[in-house]
Amino acid sequence: MKGTYLGEFEEVVLLAVAIRTGDAYGAAVVHEIEQQLGRTVNLGAVHTALYRLEEKGLVKSEMGGATPERGGRSKRLYVVTAAGRRALEEIRQLRNQMWETIPKIAWS
Amino acid sequence: MSMPKQNIPPRWATWLLQCFCPAHRANEMEGDLTELFEMRVKLSGLRQARWRYVQDVFSLLRPSLLKSKPDAYPNPSHTDMLRTYITIAFRNLAKNRTYSAINIVGLSVGMTTAILIGLWMWDELSYNQYHHHYDRIARVMQHQSYNGTTSTTLATPLPMRAALQSEHAGEFTHIASSSWTEDHILSAGEKKISRKGNCVEPDFPSMMSLRIIKGTATGLDNPSSALLSASVAEALFGGEDPINKTIRVDSKDYFKVTGIYEDLPYNTEFRDVTFLLPWKYFLAETPWVKRSETNWSNNSFLLLVQIAPNTTFEKVSAKIEKIKARHAKEEARFDPKAFLHPMSRWHLHSEWENGAAVRGRIQFVWLFGIIGGFVLLLACINFMNLSTARSQKRAKEVGVRKAVGSRRSQLIAQFLSESIMVAMFAFVLGLLMVQVLLPWFNHIADKQITFPWGDHQSWLIGLGFTFVTGILAGSYPALYLSGFRPVKVLTGAGASLRMQAGRFAALSRQTLVIVQFTVSITLVIGTLVVLGQIRHAKNRPVGFDRSGLLSVDMNTPDLLATSRAFRHDLLQTGAAINLAKSSSPAAEVWSSDASFSWPGKDPAQLGDLGTVGITHEYGRTVNWQIREGRDFSPDFPTDSLAMVINESAARFMGLKEAVGTRVQWNGAAYTIIGVVHDIITGSPFMPVQPAVFMLREDWASFIHIRLNPALTAADAISKLEPVFKKYNPGSPFEYKFASEEYDRKFRTEERIGQLATTFASLAIFISCLGLFGLASFFAEQRRKEIGIRKVLGASVASLWKMLSKDFLILVTIACLVAMPIAYYVMHDWLQHYTYRITISWWIFAVTIFGAMVITLITVSFQAVKAALLNPVKSLQNE
Repeated sequence: MKGTYLGEFEEVVLLAVAIRTGDAYGAAVVHEIEQQLGRTVNLGAVHTALYRLEEKGLVKSEMGGATPERGGRSKRLYVVTAAGRRALEEIRQLRNQMWETIPKIAWS
Repeated sequence: MSMPKQNIPPRWATWLLQCFCPAHRANEMEGDLTELFEMRVKLSGLRQARWRYVQDVFSLLRPSLLKSKPDAYPNPSHTDMLRTYITIAFRNLAKNRTYSAINIVGLSVGMTTAILIGLWMWDELSYNQYHHHYDRIARVMQHQSYNGTTSTTLATPLPMRAALQSEHAGEFTHIASSSWTEDHILSAGEKKISRKGNCVEPDFPSMMSLRIIKGTATGLDNPSSALLSASVAEALFGGEDPINKTIRVDSKDYFKVTGIYEDLPYNTEFRDVTFLLPWKYFLAETPWVKRSETNWSNNSFLLLVQIAPNTTFEKVSAKIEKIKARHAKEEARFDPKAFLHPMSRWHLHSEWENGAAVRGRIQFVWLFGIIGGFVLLLACINFMNLSTARSQKRAKEVGVRKAVGSRRSQLIAQFLSESIMVAMFAFVLGLLMVQVLLPWFNHIADKQITFPWGDHQSWLIGLGFTFVTGILAGSYPALYLSGFRPVKVLTGAGASLRMQAGRFAALSRQTLVIVQFTVSITLVIGTLVVLGQIRHAKNRPVGFDRSGLLSVDMNTPDLLATSRAFRHDLLQTGAAINLAKSSSPAAEVWSSDASFSWPGKDPAQLGDLGTVGITHEYGRTVNWQIREGRDFSPDFPTDSLAMVINESAARFMGLKEAVGTRVQWNGAAYTIIGVVHDIITGSPFMPVQPAVFMLREDWASFIHIRLNPALTAADAISKLEPVFKKYNPGSPFEYKFASEEYDRKFRTEERIGQLATTFASLAIFISCLGLFGLASFFAEQRRKEIGIRKVLGASVASLWKMLSKDFLILVTIACLVAMPIAYYVMHDWLQHYTYRITISWWIFAVTIFGAMVITLITVSFQAVKAALLNPVKSLQNE
């Protein structure tokens, strides 16, 4: 298989998980994406993406502690796996590669 | 307005989440939702946060998140499959245009009806809820017994108010006497308008939670200030600030405007109260009211109370029950019982019979609710019938899909998405129809309903309702057909298939058609009875000549003082050929007196006769018909002690020779000089009230004018107007046509008639639509059979007979079921009216005949089409 295909939204979510290392869970990811990208994100979309990423082995999760602002409910904490990191780097590298092959003439 | 209690997310959304969320996911999802909510409240406010919360809950409704097994592999192709289902559903709908159109139109008509009736019921049930203290307000009412029957009135004697205040003060937080809502002339400068209003005690505004826009509500403490509703203030003062401006009421007294309140909504008891005057003024200016302050026998006043928070209506009612009997010994013989009638029951539960509450208006709410449910049911039955009928055709498709590897759940999803899609289309179409029909509906139902487009709760109900309809209608093909074994279907075991699906399905379809037609026929019979009853009452001899009779309310002092000159001037215009004054409108009797006595009167009987004061010309003006004796005449000076009575009075008094009888009343002897044919009073469905007419110009409050028939009404009125302006400069010229006033008496019945006609037509329409669909389906199913029969020599007529017969049998059964039901229900309804029709056989005959004809027309179209088809075409492909 030629690398795992990552959707644009999955990529954003994976990046957000990486940014919030140690404190990445549904609401935190929503918050992070809304702050960084300034776009409105649905919780359902984020959860679906996290789920799928976990199935693809790009993140792994464990249950974390509860805090009062969550009404005492616990959270599922995600961390990026080695495969996840590789996938991100691959994407970045592919993008850079493509950037570099754009001829100057394209920006007229 | 209501203070924000706590920043909590919408509870129903949380509940929804808990409904669908699998247990192992619930904790983290709820946690995330709560955290985001708290954050958003701080960032962008409560509204935004709540809205986003709802969005998030819905966004969590995803197949991949809903799997109940924690480690199950979510199906990545789920959304793709959904798209496929929808595509296929679309293609199926487009392929069978007739079926789809019948389904969608039928269902949307049913939904439109259900939505309209739902809105109407909601409006009825939420009546009076505008008032904050709605569940603690009551009016004081009384039961009293006369001649062995108990009557119930909401008029109380005036001293009761003071007695409640002094003896039971602890039970009430507010007590307010009020006058009845009546028309008055309001003027400010040159502006003059006629509006309805009440004189009330100062507690009224806070009790009814009037929303004060400008000024204060305290003005009612002062006898010369007034509160106006916003619309009246606007009409009198336009854009100016009305506070402290002066208005004049009925061209008499001046009031200072001290407060403006928000107009009361249409669905409250006090919707007509557009201004308030102080009770103190009413008391001071109206001598008979002043005299009533100590009179326990005059039941003429409205008394409103708000009970204290620590008590109940029942407890207070028990305490005040004997209050009148205690204070007024002479009234005790009527066994008066005071009680509280709570505001929440005023609108729907205000009918009394012999001292007990009876059904009242609430029965219409349930009746229409049931009808709405039935019409929707009819539409759903069509839907089910057509989809099951058609689903047999799709058995092959099911077989192929299964053979290729579809799972049963996927087939179910396919069928359900089709039916839900149809329901969705129907819902959208239904909403459009509701929007278009609302003005008309409001007109015939006397409402001001608007569709709550902005209310997300009603949308949720609507969507849920659509889903349920879709799932219900799609359940049969979904569950039954998806269970087929592909081997059986595909090996061409057509016969066994028909054994499997045909027998039961056909039987249930037939039952459903019978149910449909039973409902439709019942509604049609009901409608015919209602319309017949209205026509019956309209054809009843009225007893006077309504056309060209005009009446003017003499509510200003200028008109009361009118003279011979006024009369002369009116006649001089040529527009009026006669005029007279009286104390009640032409088809009403507004007062009665119980103290008449006549020879042969049973001493135990109360002589309660309606009393009307008239002038000499009254009889000739309204054109009443003398049956015996003579009319009043200026040639007989003794007529000041004479009476004309109506036929009902003659019967009531038990007089054989009425003319010449002497009647004792108020210490004087009156001679009956004439008996007139009954003029219908009150409801045209009820017996005419026994009444006596006497010459009493001083009682007069209406002027009746007989217009010159040679002129058009508009011409006549334009000629009369200057005379009224001359003699009554203070008020606008307001008049009523007797014919219109009379027609008003039929309004409730006509409203029922119109609604019933509408619903019955809809039911017939939906049923026929279903019949049409089924007929075309059967015709198509039997195409080969028809082809073979034709080849063997069957005529078109015999084929038509063959195809129509089955349906006629079903409709006949429906008629047989519907007739007794309709008879029973309508017989019961007619008992409300004394003057009523008997349900005659021709109503049933006409309905059955009509149903047969409509069935034949509907079915024939398809049957003839099938019978005319060239057999070569239907037989060639095998």
